[in-house]
Amino acid sequence: MPEQNMVQALNTALHEMFADDPRVLLMGEDVGKNGGVFRVSGGLYDKFGAERVMDTPLAESGIIGTAIGLAVGGMRPIVEIQFMGFLYPGLDQLFSHASRLRTRSLGQVTVPLTLRMPYGGGIRAPEQHADSAEAYLTHTPGLKVLVPSTPYDAKGLLYAAIEDPDPVIFLEPIRCYRLGRMEVPEGRYTVPIGKARVARPGTDLSLIAWGAMVNLAEKVADKFQEAGISIEVLDLRTLAPLDKEAIGNSVAKTGRCVILHEAPRTGGLAGEITALIMETAFWDLKAPVARVTGFDVPYPAYAWEDFYMPNVSRVSRVVTETLKD
Amino acid sequence: MCLLRENRGPGQQPSFKGALILESWPIYRVMGDGTVAPNVVPNELALKIYQDMVLLRTFDEKALNLQRQGRVGTFPPSLGQEATEIGSAHALSKQDWMAPSYRDHGALYVHGVPFENVILFAMGRAGSLAGDVRALPSSIPIATHLPHAVGLAMAARMQGEDAVAIAYFGDGGTSEGDFHEALNFAGVFKAPVIFLCQNNGWAISTPVSRQTGSATLAQKAEAYGIRGRRVDGNDALAVYQVVRESRERALAGHGPTLIEAVTYRLGPHTTADDPTRYRDTEEVGAWRGDRDPIVRLGAYLDQQGILTADDLEKIRVTALEWVNQAVEAAEAMPPVTPLDMFEHVYATMPPRLIQQLQDFEGSDR
Repeated sequence: MPEQNMVQALNTALHEMFADDPRVLLMGEDVGKNGGVFRVSGGLYDKFGAERVMDTPLAESGIIGTAIGLAVGGMRPIVEIQFMGFLYPGLDQLFSHASRLRTRSLGQVTVPLTLRMPYGGGIRAPEQHADSAEAYLTHTPGLKVLVPSTPYDAKGLLYAAIEDPDPVIFLEPIRCYRLGRMEVPEGRYTVPIGKARVARPGTDLSLIAWGAMVNLAEKVADKFQEAGISIEVLDLRTLAPLDKEAIGNSVAKTGRCVILHEAPRTGGLAGEITALIMETAFWDLKAPVARVTGFDVPYPAYAWEDFYMPNVSRVSRVVTETLKD
Repeated sequence: MCLLRENRGPGQQPSFKGALILESWPIYRVMGDGTVAPNVVPNELALKIYQDMVLLRTFDEKALNLQRQGRVGTFPPSLGQEATEIGSAHALSKQDWMAPSYRDHGALYVHGVPFENVILFAMGRAGSLAGDVRALPSSIPIATHLPHAVGLAMAARMQGEDAVAIAYFGDGGTSEGDFHEALNFAGVFKAPVIFLCQNNGWAISTPVSRQTGSATLAQKAEAYGIRGRRVDGNDALAVYQVVRESRERALAGHGPTLIEAVTYRLGPHTTADDPTRYRDTEEVGAWRGDRDPIVRLGAYLDQQGILTADDLEKIRVTALEWVNQAVEAAEAMPPVTPLDMFEHVYATMPPRLIQQLQDFEGSDR
């Protein structure tokens, strides 16, 4: 089994899907000859041609709107938005149409569309490239939102997204693109949408995270392991719909929970997850649920990035506090 | 400058300060004075178009009454725009994709959506405007459905279908960013798509002179490398011909067309609107009578000896019967259920929606 990083795993998945299903298309800015700014679509253009690997005009609303038409019309478009910070002109198409056409037509008109984009910070990108805006999307009924944190999950979730009959947002944590390699099976397999993954089991506290924060959570867990404290890391993988059962099971077992995200705090998903814990595991709690998040400031230019991004010491402080008594 | 105020009479070219520009964008017209092209619509089809226009007018008048009686909600009538609605839709094939806006129930009807579905829609029941026909649900936000038509057209071409897509929108829609993005995409990809802009003079209270500094809307096509056409939107036969020709051209691989159909909204924007607040009755009056699209096609059919006054009355009576039947059918539908609201959000209801539905059904509501 080959060892691949996340970019390679996604690239392999795309090549396989294009070969398997002639309805699959990729469209976006610089996805063709250039292979995408992170090279996720490398080689596709040469192999499958300009009709299926479409360099588009520079217009996010037009790209997503056209892809909605292609999806309704029988194709399986995959859209790449170059960075999540550039998604916003396309939100209208997601909020007003992609997410609602099934409902508005009572199931007659459906939008099997996959919208991929790099998201999140930590690579010293220029301003407005590093947003972590998942909460806008998870708040929108009709959308599904996936975030892999490993090469294996990236490929399996991308297959699940393409095969899903509804619009799926596929967030690719920029910091995980080339973070490490792991064995990734050749050929089709899926990771189920809506199922979290226990990244490492533990008994004393649950760290709930997704995307690049999973790696941080694992580092924190390693550090506490040395002190004999067993931390469970739950990688949500799907942010809409949330795996309420897995969240409840983990927190019921450990009795303590810290939620990590790099998005701003207010209105961030940690609030929603906390409410789910109230509904599922309140009577098992031994300490208040805590969160470590980005601040309520616009994602800063990279000179301030290290202040903004949750890190081992910030998370450790909150974990220590939550472990008291 | 309001284009339409200066556009006096079906027989005259409107006079504008930018006359030079306008001369390169003549209004295509088949009926009446100032005719620029011979009619190619066979009599039988012309009669069918006329019947459907009367039906649409009858339906709109009925729906306005139903709204006043509280039997339907806010409703956008297409009074005065029947020629563009009906003429355009008759030029399509059932294989073609329609991306309508909220005032296009006339075109949807011709494409295969029954009027009882339109009434259901006006009764607040979404979902009624799509179905077995190749049409999207009417877009309520302005012009955001134009890119969908581009994608639908591209999908049809990729799958080797003998089909185009058509988007319906108004003069106000040309101000939206998605109008630009859709026409730009269509130009780049040479999509087999028709953009049918009904320039009815008003976007609620805002005249077309506040939407653009251009002398016409059709000329915007040039900037996108696509074809633009201006047509007398109250001349059903001219609208039919321009849409038909645009369709054939698109299918032959010659790309998209932007059509500006110059017409007039005789009624309110919706039943919630009072147009006397922003336009004078004189202006509206100038579009009634001889310029009314139904009167014009009726006069033409009379000249051709196809239609007598008796036939005309018969068509009106039949239309009213159909509309009344549609109202009865819509009002006889079983009431909506909470399940309807939950079950079509996703193909499979996720656990949280199952839970929310159960909570709701177990409550006192």
